[in-house]
Amino acid sequence: MQKYSFNFGIWGMALIVIALSQFGALDLYIQSVIMFIGINVILSSSLNVVNGYMGEFSCGHAGFMCVGAYVSSILSVIFFSQNAIFGAPILPPELAIIGFPIVVIISGLVAGLTGLIVAIPSFKTRGDYLAIITIAANYMVISAIENVDVIGGSRGFMGMRKVVNAMTDVIDLPWMMIWVILGTYMSIWMIRRFVSSTYGKGIMAVSQDEVAAEIMSVNTNKMKMAAFMLSSGLAGVAGALFAHVLGYVNPQSFNIMKSTECLVMVYLGGMGSMGGAVLSAILFTVMLELLRFIIPAIDTGLHIINVLPDSYHLSQVWKWVLIPLTLILLMQFRPEGLMGNKELPKLFPGLKKFYKFK
Amino acid sequence: MSLLSIDGLTQRFGGLQAVSDFNIELEEGSLTSLIGPNGAGKTTIFNLISGFYQPTEGVITFDGTPTSNMKPHQVTSLGVARTFQNIRLWHDMTVMDNIRIAQHYRMGYGVLDAIMRTKNYYLREKEIERISTELLEFMDLREYAEELPTNLPYGLQRRVEIARAMSIQPKLLLLDEPAAGLNSSDVDGLITLIKWIHDEFDITILMIEHQMKVVMSLCSWIKCIDFGTTIDEGPPEHIQSSETVIKAYLGDDSI
Repeated sequence: MQKYSFNFGIWGMALIVIALSQFGALDLYIQSVIMFIGINVILSSSLNVVNGYMGEFSCGHAGFMCVGAYVSSILSVIFFSQNAIFGAPILPPELAIIGFPIVVIISGLVAGLTGLIVAIPSFKTRGDYLAIITIAANYMVISAIENVDVIGGSRGFMGMRKVVNAMTDVIDLPWMMIWVILGTYMSIWMIRRFVSSTYGKGIMAVSQDEVAAEIMSVNTNKMKMAAFMLSSGLAGVAGALFAHVLGYVNPQSFNIMKSTECLVMVYLGGMGSMGGAVLSAILFTVMLELLRFIIPAIDTGLHIINVLPDSYHLSQVWKWVLIPLTLILLMQFRPEGLMGNKELPKLFPGLKKFYKFK
Repeated sequence: MSLLSIDGLTQRFGGLQAVSDFNIELEEGSLTSLIGPNGAGKTTIFNLISGFYQPTEGVITFDGTPTSNMKPHQVTSLGVARTFQNIRLWHDMTVMDNIRIAQHYRMGYGVLDAIMRTKNYYLREKEIERISTELLEFMDLREYAEELPTNLPYGLQRRVEIARAMSIQPKLLLLDEPAAGLNSSDVDGLITLIKWIHDEFDITILMIEHQMKVVMSLCSWIKCIDFGTTIDEGPPEHIQSSETVIKAYLGDDSI
């Protein structure tokens, strides 16, 4: 019973969300927030593989996301839509429903291969030095794309909306919602299975004592490669979904700020905790969206009590003060994160009765 | 044929000659000890055997295979296991996981098997589980299987580390100061344990040890090194009365 209850719960919730968005009970804004939650869950749980389980500090996660976003956008536009640059679609747009998941998987694979930019230096480099390499990788990806004019360069790339519309034309369902939910579930499922296998636990052995791991027959280079490629590949999947939810990509939306967002989510949840990564992604996205309403409210409040001059208004930019501030507070008072590298059932043993997730 | 043969091994770190022209032949089933004052190069020799350093000169042959250019995990998969002077267990994983992960080289499945949970995955995991449980039972550690090593007393941690090395199913076991930091009753336990492992699993053991009680009661051959060179070797009785060894440890009394 408890073997299935978790899956039942998740799929039940997913179905409800899909049904609600299908019949218009959820407005588009809420729908997009839910989709961003899904994407952020993929991002934080995949970054958690490297930063949490393997104990390295990767701060270029958005770079791989960028690769996924661009690869998927270009592929889906070439194959399924009429476009000024690439001309007529290669395949009939009606096939987009079948084609899209394949495109997402391909972009994940390409992003995974891009992960080698970081994985190969990681054989010899650790810690701070590797962190610098990951930042470099992030910039490399962005600059490379900015300088390819065919795909829009720094102006960005669009046309994915048509592909999404082509899907809706065939069967009228909230397709992006379905893909995001599927993508999120599959990503977590992959990571969970990998890190709970004895093979995958080699990653944690590397993190806890690399010398001992190598001496105890763990092929540390291979483990690092697996971790980085899995992590960046899933970031690519998140990027692909992100690009199609938004319908527009721009290299600058994958800069170091986005990577920082991913880092915040991982450290908020607690390194090396799957549940933590998921919960913090949800919390973070909701918090970010709430600030959209909270900041104007504070602004009005401060004007009423005449603290602020009339000419000055608190803008949304203030969220980039508030979010880093939460990070500072978190590091001060709970450096191990919300979950502190433990899983939910360990924190609340009572939960074990209800679910088992593998 | 000897299990491990080292010929003319030399290791230099910059200007420092840590090991110079070291030779050893380990017969299968032998129990040999390396002794020598601090900084004599004993641990360096271990690091060279386990592939952690690439020797500057010399040849290391294990079981007929030259290992000088291999990576540590490759050397280990040939059947060379070792423990560390300061215990290096994976502190955030249970004893059971420590034992399981050390069998990485014969895991027999890859990333895809782990994600797809293929039949092969379940088969191999089951096998690893069985071997690990058996080993823990053998080593009297069954009740600590789900404990974190950091919560165990030092003596038990040593035992876990030896168990972890044994899970590699080695032909050669390298013990780096197994008695360091143990109290006298733990040391007696350790002597029994090593003797038992040696007889039961029929493996070759090479160890570094400072406690003469351990060395004298276990080893049939002792090699004493100082400044990276062998200064004397022989059975325990010979070493006990060897003047060069005493001189290396206690210094020269002539002025």
